[in-house]
Formats: sequence, C-alpha cells, structure tokens
Amino acid sequence: MNALMPSPRLVRAALPALSLAALLVAIWFVQPRAISYFGFNLMLNLAMPIAFATIAQLCVITVNDLDLSIGAFVSFVACVGATWLNATPLLGVAVLLGAVVVYALVGALIHLRNLPSIVVTLGMSFFWLGCSVLLLPSPGGSAPAWLAALVKVRTPLVPFAILVSAALALVVHVGLMRSAWGAILRGAGGNPVAVARAGWSLLRTKVTMFALAGFFGVLSGLSLVGLTTSADANIAIRYTLLSIAGVILGGGEFVGGRVSPVGAVLGAMTLTLAGSLLSFLRISPDWQIGAQGAILIVVLALRALVNRLERRR
Amino acid sequence: MRQSAFSRLADWSAERPWLWSFVGAGLIFLATTAFTSGKGGGDVLTAALTFATFYVIVGIGQMFVITTGPGNVDLSIPANIALAGAVAMKVMDGSNAMIVPGLAAVAAVGLAIGCFNFALIRILSIPPIIATLSASFLVQSTAIAYGRGLRIKPPPIFAELATGRVLGVPILAIIAILVAAAMALVLRRTVYGRSVLAIGQNARAAGLAGIRVARVRFATYVLSAVFASFCGALLAGFSGGASLNMGEEFLLASIAVVVIGGTSVAGGFSNVPGIWGASLFLYLLVTMLNTFGVGAGVRLILTGLIIIAVIALSGGRRPGRG
Amino acid sequence: MDAPSASAIVQLEGVRKSFGAVRALAGVDLDVRAGECLGLVGHNGAGKSTLMQVLAGTLAADEGRLVVAGDDITASAGVAAARAHGVVCVFQELSLCPNLTVAENARVMHRAFRGFGWRKRAGAAMAAMLDDIFPRHGIDPADVVADLSIARRQMVEIARAFLVTDEPLRLVILDEPTSSLDQVVAEQLMAFVRRFVARGGSVILISHLLGEILATSDRVVVMKDGRVVETRPARDFTRDSLVAAMGSVAAREDEKRAAAAQPAGEVVVEARPARQADGRSLRARRGEIVGLAGLAGHGQTDLLVRINAAAQGREPHARVAGAVAFVAGDRQSDGVFPLWSIAENITIRSLGGLRRFGLIDPAAEARMAEEWRQRIAIRTPDMGNGILSLSGGNQQKALFARALASDAGIVLMDDPMRGVDVGTKQEVYGMIRAEAARGRTFLWYTTEFDELRHCDRVYVFRAGAIVAELAANEITEERVLQSSFAEEAA
Repeated sequence: MNALMPSPRLVRAALPALSLAALLVAIWFVQPRAISYFGFNLMLNLAMPIAFATIAQLCVITVNDLDLSIGAFVSFVACVGATWLNATPLLGVAVLLGAVVVYALVGALIHLRNLPSIVVTLGMSFFWLGCSVLLLPSPGGSAPAWLAALVKVRTPLVPFAILVSAALALVVHVGLMRSAWGAILRGAGGNPVAVARAGWSLLRTKVTMFALAGFFGVLSGLSLVGLTTSADANIAIRYTLLSIAGVILGGGEFVGGRVSPVGAVLGAMTLTLAGSLLSFLRISPDWQIGAQGAILIVVLALRALVNRLERRR
Repeated sequence: MRQSAFSRLADWSAERPWLWSFVGAGLIFLATTAFTSGKGGGDVLTAALTFATFYVIVGIGQMFVITTGPGNVDLSIPANIALAGAVAMKVMDGSNAMIVPGLAAVAAVGLAIGCFNFALIRILSIPPIIATLSASFLVQSTAIAYGRGLRIKPPPIFAELATGRVLGVPILAIIAILVAAAMALVLRRTVYGRSVLAIGQNARAAGLAGIRVARVRFATYVLSAVFASFCGALLAGFSGGASLNMGEEFLLASIAVVVIGGTSVAGGFSNVPGIWGASLFLYLLVTMLNTFGVGAGVRLILTGLIIIAVIALSGGRRPGRG
Repeated sequence: MDAPSASAIVQLEGVRKSFGAVRALAGVDLDVRAGECLGLVGHNGAGKSTLMQVLAGTLAADEGRLVVAGDDITASAGVAAARAHGVVCVFQELSLCPNLTVAENARVMHRAFRGFGWRKRAGAAMAAMLDDIFPRHGIDPADVVADLSIARRQMVEIARAFLVTDEPLRLVILDEPTSSLDQVVAEQLMAFVRRFVARGGSVILISHLLGEILATSDRVVVMKDGRVVETRPARDFTRDSLVAAMGSVAAREDEKRAAAAQPAGEVVVEARPARQADGRSLRARRGEIVGLAGLAGHGQTDLLVRINAAAQGREPHARVAGAVAFVAGDRQSDGVFPLWSIAENITIRSLGGLRRFGLIDPAAEARMAEEWRQRIAIRTPDMGNGILSLSGGNQQKALFARALASDAGIVLMDDPMRGVDVGTKQEVYGMIRAEAARGRTFLWYTTEFDELRHCDRVYVFRAGAIVAELAANEITEERVLQSSFAEEAA
C-alpha cells in the first residue's frame, strides 16, 4: 500500500510543477491559441522581474526572515533605472551598489540586535518608497535604451523570459542547493545552533543572504523598467506579496531553511499566468489579487494535507 | 539625594514606556508651532486628535495581536478597512435609518475576517504573517469587486459623528479616548487581558498555568479585525465615502504606533496609552514636515527610519530574558 | 589498577562547575587513555552531562585543568580547541540540520568537504562510515535528515562524529547513544566502539543500560553528586555492585514508612504513557501523594503535561476528575512569566475567583499575594517586585504558591526542587503533606530519592513507560535504581 503511494516529499516537490501544469492545461482549454511562442511572450512578459523578486525573497526566507520591503525596493531600483542610470550611468551604478550594501546592513542589524525582520523591513519599505518619491515624484523617466533592448530580445523557439527564468532557477539552484557554501547558508536556517557550534558565523550567513536579496532585487527592478521603459514609485509595490506567495507556492517553508529555487521560479510563473487565465475567462481583473490569494491558500491547504498524511504514517 | 531622585525618576519612567511617545509628540508640536510662531496651534491639535483616532483604533487591535507573542501580527488590516468602508457605505446607503444595520454589517465583516484569519492559522498551521497576508488578498479583491465605482455618501448623522466636534473636541477623538480607556481596562483588569500578556511572555507556561491559549489567540484576532472594520467605517464617514486605497497606509501605521508606543514586539508587554502618544507623534511628524515644506519623499524616509530606530533601540532590551 | 603504561589522551584535574547555588561538579579528576572505552554512569544530577560539556568545550569550567593530547587547553577551551585536539561529542539532543541531506550535514561539521565534487566525497565518506558502523543501515547520503526516523538520525549523528577529515580524532564522547536505537543496531554500535578502541581511539560511553556499559567498557567510572566516587576495570563490577556504587552507601531504612493504609478515596487521575505497551497505567486517588521516578527524560514530564492538557479537555488518553495545577521544574521555559511581578505570577492561575463585577479586583489580588508571601515565606520586601528579582528557590516557591492558591484539587509537580536550597525544600515538603491530608492529590515527578520517601506510592519510568509500581514500604533507592537501569535495551 505504502509502496504504491509516492513519498510525501516527492508530492511536495512536484506540487509547484503540477500547479503550473494544471494552469497551462486550463489556459489551453479556454484559449488554445495562447499556448504558442507569441502567446507565452505576451503572457510571461512580466515573469522575469517577478521571478527575480521571488528569488530575492527566497534568500531572506532561507535564513528564517521575511522581507516586506522588496516591492518598494524593486520600485526604487526601477526609478533609479529610469532616471540616473540613463542620465548619469556611473552615478546610477554606484547608487544600485550602495542599495545592495544597505540591504546587507539591514541583515546585520536584524541579526545583531535580534530584531523581528517584519518590522524592520516594513520600515525599510517606507525608506525605499521615500527615496523613489524624491527621485521620481510623478510617473515617468525613461529606461536606458540598452536595457530596454536587452530585456526585449527575441530569442528563437523559446521566449526570452522563459530562458532567463530557467537560467535564474539553474544558477540559484547550483549556488544554494548544490554548492558547499549553499549547504551552510541553508543549514543556518535549519538549525542555527548546530551551525554556530560547528564554528560558522551566523552574522556572515545573514549578511550574505540579505545582500543576495538586494542583488536580485536590483535585477528585478532593472528588468522591470526595461520592459515598461518608464517607472513610478509604486510600480512594484505588489511584488512584496507576490514574491512571498511565489516562494511558498514553490514549496518553500517560512522557517527551517527549506526552500526550492526551481519551485520558486515556477511559483512566480504560476502567479503571472494566473492573471492571464482570469482574463481569458473574462473574469474582472478585480479578482486578480484574490485569485493569487486563493491559489496560495489552496496550495497551503494541500501541503497541510500532505503533512498530515505523512504524520499519520 | 540628587542621585536617588534621579534614579526614582528613571524607575518611574521605566514603568511608563508610553511616556516617550508623548514627549516626542509634544516636542514635535512645539517645533511646529515655533516655526509658525504659534499661529494655528489649536487647529493643528484638533486635526491631530482627529487623524490620530484612526491610528488609535487600528493600533489597539494590532497591539493585542502583537502582544500574544513573536510572529503574531495582523497584515489583513488594510484590506479589511477597504472592505468594511465599502460595506458600511453600501448598507447605510446614505440614509440615517440604516446606520445601525450598517454598523452591524461592519461588525459582521470584522468577525468574518477575524475568524477566517484564525482558521487559516489553525487549520493550515501556517505562521500568522502568511495567514493574514493570504486572507488579505481575498479580502482586498472582494473589496475591489464590491466597492468599485461606489460613490455613496455617508448618512448625514454618521458623517456628523465622524467630523463633528463637541466643545471644540472632535467627537471621534472622544470616542477613541473612551475606547482606549476601556481597552486599557481589558488589558490590565480582565482574565482575557492577563491571558494575552501571559501567552506573549511564554505560551507554553501559559498553557501549563491553565490558560486556553488557542481560544485567547482566536479572540485576539477577531478583536483586531473588528477594530479595523470599525476604523474602515469611520474613515469612510469621515472622508465622505469609501475609497479602495484608504486602508493602505494603515499596514505600517498600525505596527508603527504599537512599536513606538512602547509595546514589545517580543510580546507579553504592552500598554494602551502609548498607542495614543504614538498616533499623535506620527501625525504631528507629518504636519511638522509639511510645515517645514519638506516633500512626501523625506517624510516617508523619516517615518521608516524612525520606526527602525525605535525598534533597534528598544528591541535589544528584552526585560527579563537572556 | 591496570595498565598504567597506557598514555592518557585526556586529563581532567580538579574540575569544578557551579550553576548559581547549585554545584554540578565538585572537583573531578578523570583521565582517559588511548585505546580504551571508558564507561560513565551515575544517577540524575551526578554531573555526567556537565562534565562531558566541559570536555567538549561547550561549557567552561569554573576551576580545574584540562589537558588533551599533552596540550593544556584550559585557557583556550572551546569547541574549536576541542575539535582541533580531536575531541568530538555526540550530544543527546540532535545537532543535525533537519533541512539538509546526510552528506550536507557532514559538510557542516567537516570543512574539508568543499570545492568541486564535495557532495560526492562527503556522501561517499558518510556511506562508508555508516556501512562500517551500522551494516544494512538503509540510509542514503542524499536523504534529507527530516525524512529519517529518530533512530536513523542518531545513526547519522554518530557516523558523522567518527568521520575523520582534516582534523585528528582521538576521543569520541557518546552520551546515551543507544537511547533511540533498537537492540540490533545498538549492538552494532557497541561492536564498532570495540573496533575503534582496538585501533587506538578512545571513547567515553554514557548509558543507562548497565549491561551495555559492562560489556563494552574497559574501565567504568561512577559519578555521584558532582564527584567521581569509583573507578575500576569493568570486569570488577557486576550489575548489582554498579547499582550499589551509584546509590548512597548507607541504606536509610530507618525512615522507611509502614505501608500506608490504602486510601479509600476515589481515583481522580488515570493516565497511560504514550509509549506504554502493556496495560499498565498511572492512577492517583484523592489525597494521595504519588511519585514518578526514574532517570530524567524518560517520559515523566510528558505524562504530566498530558494530564494537564486532559484537564482542559485536549487529551483523550488521560482521565482527570477536577481542576489541575502544574508546578514547573524548568522555571524558565515552563513556569515563570518573566515580565511580571511576583504577585501577578502567583495569581494568574486564580484570576477567575478574584473578580468583582467582571474585573480583577486589585485589592483581592494583593491580599492573595500577601497571604502566600507569609504562608510559604517568599523572601521579598514587596510582592509587586519583578519575579526575576527573587532567587531561584524563591521563584520556585512563587510557582508552588500559584498552584496551592488555586482551586485545583490535583497538583502536578515536574521535578520542582531542582536547584532549591535545603531549607526551602523542608518547608515545601511539610506544606505538601499538609495539603494532601486536606484531600489534595499530588503527582510528584522527582529525580531525588529522598523526595520519593514522602510519597504514598511510586511509579518508576523507563524509556517512556511505567516499568514498576512501588508501594510506600517498597520504596528504596536500590529498587528504584534497579528498575531505572535496564539490563538490556527495552
């Protein structure tokens, strides 16, 4: 009996891919023409920045924290991209590097003072929002031409967004899940005491993960502004919630260092496509956020069910 | 002699963590009126009392949630406010006769959201942050779908209630002061309040001391949601109708007033007066920066940095814990 | 003494360690020789675990000298120094990262696993070590630890400790290594320990299975009250002489009570430990003082917590008639509300009865606090002071007051006298007897023999289950020890 049932871990690992497949089938059923190069190009237009933001969130969740400022940060990066990076590229690059350093410092502050990350990052979200408003009081600006050209590259056979997402998933998977240092970084989320007892610095792991979150946040903002070519201070506010949902959809847990970069990227795509399905179904866009929430709840419910079955064994 | 007087003063203020928020609010008020050479001081104060009211109502609910221990926070407040405001306006439909049914509907909204939040926390056994976040997605969508294009004005009496004054003091402020006094009593002098404080300090010990931890948490999430809903209704009454984004600023604000008001984010230690002090502080800060001609950007940056500074300074000091 | 020529790999001299007023180590001298397995036995609180933590570098000794492989590392003591000198400890609580695989956990401890192909090397090394120690272990190095059973996690932890990479390995400390292993696997481990020792390594083995100790060790060290009281070759001990060495030498038969007339009161508590295989269950009658004995961590606290939950209707496997109050032994995690005053800590269990018009009456609260300050002699000028202003013993009194002031007819005590001074203990014993005479029922888990003599009946626990029930006239230190230490794995 048990031999016939797939292991709960396998079920859990397959959930992100299954939910994405289910969504694709539904889209195909409603709008067969969408399942094509052009269809995907259109539908997954914004998958790239969302995937980067999701990976940024994943880095923070790995070390048992939560980043409620990622949306505001991505917006800020987009604003820098639409202004300084275009007008004075050197200044723009310096500011973006500085922003990553700020992220690392936030991680250090959280670790050293043992602060709740949600309050600190909520405060940071106001900080980034304020910076964006200062930089770009009203929507506008324009992205550097090279950036716009880069993110809109037409690749043969498979749309660019899918290729970038796949590459992102692969790189982060190798770095975090396969490398020797990745094991320590995840271990710091799983059993910090044991990792510290084995002689590793928890401060360093936290700073590394927050700096990585900042780095991926920068990539998210740049790819976003490349696609939209202009920015505003609130352009990516939704990303905070989307990125958390993406990590969770992808099989990540909030505590204990259990994350899956591949799953998270799939989760980000699922959330992006969910919007398309709704519009194919002619459901008002009012329900877009609600649908994302519902997907999140359904996935969490499924996972709770799998966990419960596992415990019963 | 001097030494002991000083240390007594230190003890006295340590027992009153809310003091600092009032001191901060007072200093900012003085700075503002000094800048305008005293002109409009009274108006600023009245406006502060009115706007602080909304922070206070939401903040008290959030404070109870945060007090129940680390990880507990209600992120569904903004969506809740948007939905409750829309429901209030639609049910009341501009008619004085419908105010009471409208408020009943608002209470029902709060109750439903609170129950939903806690059901997610319990049944899916997920952290409250994510539970309230995912619930807020659904609530927000409901609010958008339900309240789109809603242009119903609040009933005259309700609007009067939200904007009127008695002897120059906003009615809303009076209500909020009464509510705050009542909730301070609930926190200190009821079994429920004591249970909240105990759970926040040590949930396991609380269970072993006979407290029904799950029930108390349930009640707390419902409390927070109901307070947020009423805030939504009052906000709609105050601003002449519901708007979908009127709850946005309350996500940070509700947490900020709790933290600035001297409540420990580690749980088990909180006070109601601090919510008032912090709410006045936050509003007066905005007023001051406006008076100084500082733009919205700097204002936001300062708000964020002040919250981080407050938590960084107070967070390390966890009384009694290694 | 045998083989004096064998060189000492570890030498401890006059090691002392106190936690507040409690002296855990009262000057311990110990040496471990190369190529020997040293068995370490002793009852609860004898100081075994503290000593091992000092040796492994996770605790610093107050006094004494620590020499490993000829180097005096007293000054630089710490985990890093211990590891560098080849001392590794497998602690009772698991120190694996549950979210990582077996191979990745090896990497966390052994820095040598890095660079290209580290995963393969770490996995192969772990697989080889597991094969060596536990043939047919059924563990894949790619398995995530969280998916493994407790027994397999313990096997991984042990194998990881025996792995040698870039640091030498001289001494492995095994603290209750077989507690969750079945007998076959435990025997495999013991056989490996012999092989490891034969190759020149050293092992310190702590176990409550005396048969295991006697069969595997070369020498056995007996600890009691923070001292080493016996050191002899294992072959000179028998199970009985070992038990005798652990207990007090002079039997205190004089105080033994006559078999109490079986109280006729009704049964107010009936509960079965979760891991009880036979039909035995714990029963307590009104007015009885029932002791729960055995080694620490063998299911006594679990059962008390379950009985407490049953009183709230949250536990189907225990039956309780009436209200229950719990006196925590682990004050920090189970008892004290650190931000509150002494008074608030006492009244929390009784708030329902202190209300007037639905609100807690501060005057009534103060009265209750004051009453108990006098009755149980809590030494403080003001009950409004913070609970942490009290000494440990007085905090414990406040927790007793919380339970005794309540309306609960049943009081559960979770080894509440740990770290309490003698005077306080005597006061509390008297109070417990008086309250029992008034009809209160006490379930008293204790790790101290002397306290069991206040009980009407005693249940001895081992491996999460009741293994013996002793009537008042049968409660002797020897009987309790005999039942606590099993001959073979359960």
